Amino acid sequence: MIALSDYLIFGAILFTISMAGIFLNRKNIIILLMSIELLLLAVNTNLVAFSHYLNDVTGQIFVFFILTVAAAEAAIGLAIIVLVFRNRKSINVDDLGSLKG
Amino acid sequence: MNFVIPAFAPAIPEMVLLALTSFILVADTFWSKRYQFATYYATQATLIVVAYLIMSSFATAQVITFDGGFVRDSFADILKLFIVLVSLGIFLFSKEYLLQQKFFSGEYFVLGLFGVLGMFVMVSAHNFITLYLGLEIMSLAMYAMIALRRDASDAIESAMKYFVLGALATGILLYGFSMLYGATGSITFPEIAKIIEAGKADAVVLSFGVVFIVIGLAFKLGAVPFHMWAPDVYHGSPTAVTLYLGTAPKIAAFAIIYRLLAEGMPGLVSDWQTLIIILSVLSMVVGAIVAIVQENLKRMLAYSGIGHAGFLLLGVLAANPDGYAGAMFYIIVYAITAVAGFGMIIALSRTGNEFDKIADFKGLNNRNPWLAFMMLIVMFSMAGIPPFIGFFAKVIVIEEVVKAGFIWIAVVAVITAVISAFYYLRVVKAMYFDKADETGPIAPVSGELNWAVSFVSIALLVLGLMPSSLIELCYQSIGLK
Repeated sequence: MIALSDYLIFGAILFTISMAGIFLNRKNIIILLMSIELLLLAVNTNLVAFSHYLNDVTGQIFVFFILTVAAAEAAIGLAIIVLVFRNRKSINVDDLGSLKG
Repeated sequence: MNFVIPAFAPAIPEMVLLALTSFILVADTFWSKRYQFATYYATQATLIVVAYLIMSSFATAQVITFDGGFVRDSFADILKLFIVLVSLGIFLFSKEYLLQQKFFSGEYFVLGLFGVLGMFVMVSAHNFITLYLGLEIMSLAMYAMIALRRDASDAIESAMKYFVLGALATGILLYGFSMLYGATGSITFPEIAKIIEAGKADAVVLSFGVVFIVIGLAFKLGAVPFHMWAPDVYHGSPTAVTLYLGTAPKIAAFAIIYRLLAEGMPGLVSDWQTLIIILSVLSMVVGAIVAIVQENLKRMLAYSGIGHAGFLLLGVLAANPDGYAGAMFYIIVYAITAVAGFGMIIALSRTGNEFDKIADFKGLNNRNPWLAFMMLIVMFSMAGIPPFIGFFAKVIVIEEVVKAGFIWIAVVAVITAVISAFYYLRVVKAMYFDKADETGPIAPVSGELNWAVSFVSIALLVLGLMPSSLIELCYQSIGLK
């Protein structure tokens, strides 16, 4: 039997990886998008685990909403990345620094 | 398991807004070829229809529908009416700006309406799912709006930054939601509050959840130390979009703070109050000091917005109904003032010249004394100088903080208000005492713009002379008096 805390620790690890991916990554914007997806998956893991152990279906319904919205979000994110590439001919995070002050 | 059809009546304004927006989205593809302004007029008409629907069925008691997911009360109705009012102004200024900068397109207005729909859902949210969906409807529309100008490199960069940090904030907020759900087994705010009061929830999981939720909210509101996106996004976006995302969404952000903290977890005040105090004090200090060195007016207004977020949180940290009413008054006043401020930049901008540097305002008094005077009103109101409305907003939140027993925070607030008066007055000095680089009169491109910007600025003065009815309205909607 896998305990609830194991799932929560797994979710926390996913959360940490995605945070590291967002703040340490200096190379590629697509990795940022992947990290954001991972963050939402950490949330989904938590919700499903809680939902199972509470014997309550609400958490799983919440997960459906999050998955759907995440797809829409990824579509807009990729569209913006295409625009970044058109304007700058690169998708390096370091090249996104012209606004400063 | 039986299925109960929910009561749709309380959500009629949202449904009509969604239907009309979807209609405009389709119709725009036909209209845009023949009638340039059809989409714009349809947008304004939609907002007026929605405002009428809200007013004609104004909520006097709390109505909850959609299985506890949607609430209609006078708090929601007042905020929605102000969101509509602010959006009417936003679209009016935006139309002129888009024409000047030669990228007029119907998409701006359609996305703007979807954003308004998202704000409505946020204001009426009564469980985590509704709140999340409202937030995403609004955010997705705003990401697309910033990137609307496809060839502007700065705008695309700020769209990317806003997207990544916005999505991150939503993720952190959701992580907090999952913790709260796990601890209480419910996603509806009053039920969560009840379970927490009863002491049935695990305290460690709860405080984890509260921390994540407050961080997510701070990101959305642009409070220090989660403010890094605000200056870049405000600066890089086309001014019409800056005007949009710096005003109406702030009202919605306050609404979700109220729904989550005041309605969802009043039992955890001791947990979130400390966090809000830190955010508030840091925002006020950083907003006041960093804004001094800014040369770009949009960037300066972004830092001023961060400072104002700190003042807004003063009302929230008092953690009593009077405090929330004060914060509500503050955010409404701020939204109107910010419309006037960004509207002024739009009124003076020309094709190819954004007129967004403080140096551009040098000698404005000689070039157009009337607009210089209007800008003076806006700056004085933001600085909180009587008799303008901004003064009363600041007085009320500081008063509530003192009543709640946090004298030192009130002292910090007053000191930062004095520091921030410096950079507002710098703009006034540039207008009245500096020599202009360019001479010759300057006037808005259209008379409509001149009227609109004068109307909003004079409203700040008139409201400041008789603020009691607006203050009363806020107190009543929170359920006081």
